[in-house]
Amino acid sequence: METPLNQQPAAQPRHFLMGNEAAALGAAHAGAARGTGYPGTPSSEILDEFNRLGGKAEWAPNEKVAAEVALGVAFAGARAFATMKHVGLNVAADVLFTAAYSGVDGALVIMVADDPGMASSQNEQDSRRYAVAAGVPMLEPSDSQEAYDFTRLAFEISERWKIPVLLKLTTRVCHSGSIIVPREPAPPAPPRFERDMRTHVMVPGNARPAHRRLRAKLAEIAAWNEQNGPNILVAGAAGAPGIITAGSSYQYAREAAPDAAFFKIGMIHPPPLTAALAFAASVKRAVVIEENDPVLADALRAAGGKIEGAPEMFRFGELSVSRVRAILAGDTTPEPPPPKAIPPQLCNGCPHQRSFTTIKKLGCIVAGDIGCYTLAAAPPLSAMDTQICMGAGIGVGLGLRHTLPRAEARRVVSVIGDSTFFHSGLTGLAEMAYNTPATGHVLIILDNSTTAMTGQQHHPGTGWHLDGTPARAIDYEKIARAMNIETVATFDPLKDADAFETALRDALDNEKLAVFVLKRPCVLAAVALARKTGAKS
Amino acid sequence: MPPDRVTNVKIAGVGGMGVLTSTRILAEVFFRRGLDVKKAEVHGMSQRGGSVCSDVRFGPKVFSPMIPAAGTDFLVLFQDDQEPIYAADCSPATIVLRASALDLSKLKNKRALNTAMIGMLSREFAGVPESEWLAVIRDIFPEKLREANIEAFALGRHHA
Repeated sequence: METPLNQQPAAQPRHFLMGNEAAALGAAHAGAARGTGYPGTPSSEILDEFNRLGGKAEWAPNEKVAAEVALGVAFAGARAFATMKHVGLNVAADVLFTAAYSGVDGALVIMVADDPGMASSQNEQDSRRYAVAAGVPMLEPSDSQEAYDFTRLAFEISERWKIPVLLKLTTRVCHSGSIIVPREPAPPAPPRFERDMRTHVMVPGNARPAHRRLRAKLAEIAAWNEQNGPNILVAGAAGAPGIITAGSSYQYAREAAPDAAFFKIGMIHPPPLTAALAFAASVKRAVVIEENDPVLADALRAAGGKIEGAPEMFRFGELSVSRVRAILAGDTTPEPPPPKAIPPQLCNGCPHQRSFTTIKKLGCIVAGDIGCYTLAAAPPLSAMDTQICMGAGIGVGLGLRHTLPRAEARRVVSVIGDSTFFHSGLTGLAEMAYNTPATGHVLIILDNSTTAMTGQQHHPGTGWHLDGTPARAIDYEKIARAMNIETVATFDPLKDADAFETALRDALDNEKLAVFVLKRPCVLAAVALARKTGAKS
Repeated sequence: MPPDRVTNVKIAGVGGMGVLTSTRILAEVFFRRGLDVKKAEVHGMSQRGGSVCSDVRFGPKVFSPMIPAAGTDFLVLFQDDQEPIYAADCSPATIVLRASALDLSKLKNKRALNTAMIGMLSREFAGVPESEWLAVIRDIFPEKLREANIEAFALGRHHA
């Protein structure tokens, strides 16, 4: 095959970056004082990259805490950001809705990464709904260049209007690589604290005017977006359709319909409705191409726009060039099921294969949780009966215990990973100690000393910070004892397999209230840690 | 192949075989040639020993990071049995490069199979000098893995 093109000298410094790397570079160049978050595919690499670039980055126990810390940084006049996956924003939503009222003194950007098609998630919720519900601006990049540009713009908008800003990423932006040209970095904002209870203390008397201020800000931002927002018009061939789109859908649509006219929206909330309606009226046929929910199509229809949306079947999963072609052609032929690939599985040598073998052997009903160990639900182990969201294993396990006939209730165990335990298990454990089922309960913490599924990030139990400096590891046994759990023990799932089986059988049969920690490092993380610290493995 | 056309390479294996590293090498070579380049990768849950593939696309202007249906020019298989998964991504014009074509007994470091496959792929681009591939390989691998990967590249590039 011939070389596609001869080498061209690059006019400007250009970099080939993943969307997550580009967002991190954007935050660094925006002068962000601190980045915090909780790992979650596809957002996980942003903070590691920000740290590598010299930024102050940390892993919080969960997304709510991350958003709160970031808000505190922004109250101190500096620029902060928090990273999370789409379901993480559910956890941080409590902060978001009221931070929208309070506003910020510096800047606060929340980077939220959706996972249409659920490559590595339990649902494919559409984060754009949060921008509408909380009343905050949202920017949606379509490639790495925009991930960089929109990150910087998000900080600028946040600082200008004193409002938190959402940056909506998706798997195909986070984990796709494309070329970016960066700009001059901005100087950081010097921290300061101004006592202003009117904006910082959201009691009803302050929150009522704050809600009005929020709506006034949004009206101003909407007007700015109409005139000066990061929205692109592309002229089309005569008679070609006009496509209104945003995010990676734009890239698919440009390729699927090279002759079409485009109105590509960069700031999707508050949307540039007037400009979009004018575009729709300027073409013979206006089609909205968007991934997941018909958020944009509904908004344009509600505003009186004569537009076409996608048939319902395209609401599920990711879009692609082929699917956009089908939407434009009105082709609703059922799509073939995806080919049978090898499903992900627990790693060879994962110590927790052994943990689940014992749990299964004792005939337990397993209320599971989110992490690598969720893969134990797959055959041949098939050792998980429920899995919903971070921390749910404990609450769901307790509900089952409360309700099932005694013989079944006493077989219920909750299983949670170490990072998930700090994320959302502490309150579940308090519930277990407080509203204890008549048959007691058993919580098994699978401690592999890392947040393994998302790429081995540290957490409050590992003894390390994100930047590799040592931290004080929090002790699971001490937590359990402080919460009045009677039976608390730690086992090595490989070396102490028999002792664990005996203890678990005893706890189930004798209806004890027990927390068992099965501690053995993730095989992948152990290698990485040895490499980093120079320790012998 | 006309010069304004985008070239589409799909690299496929299972988690842990080094699909992401190969993707990086391939994208970097054409990035350094001044082309527009995009790549799409799979991270997270799907990586745990499951089927993994990456798309690399390069040309004067690339929009979608994923290769459209039937648009694959080169399918690079680290494991032959993965081929059926990508049937819909390929056409009769697709050139399939299989690991089974290599004499793996000559591969000293078995973990460098991915770079051997990049070596095999490199032959398909006659206009790209070997030195450009080697420069990227030298830059990407840490010193202790460098020689093994240069050897693996040579094995793939010069196999019978």
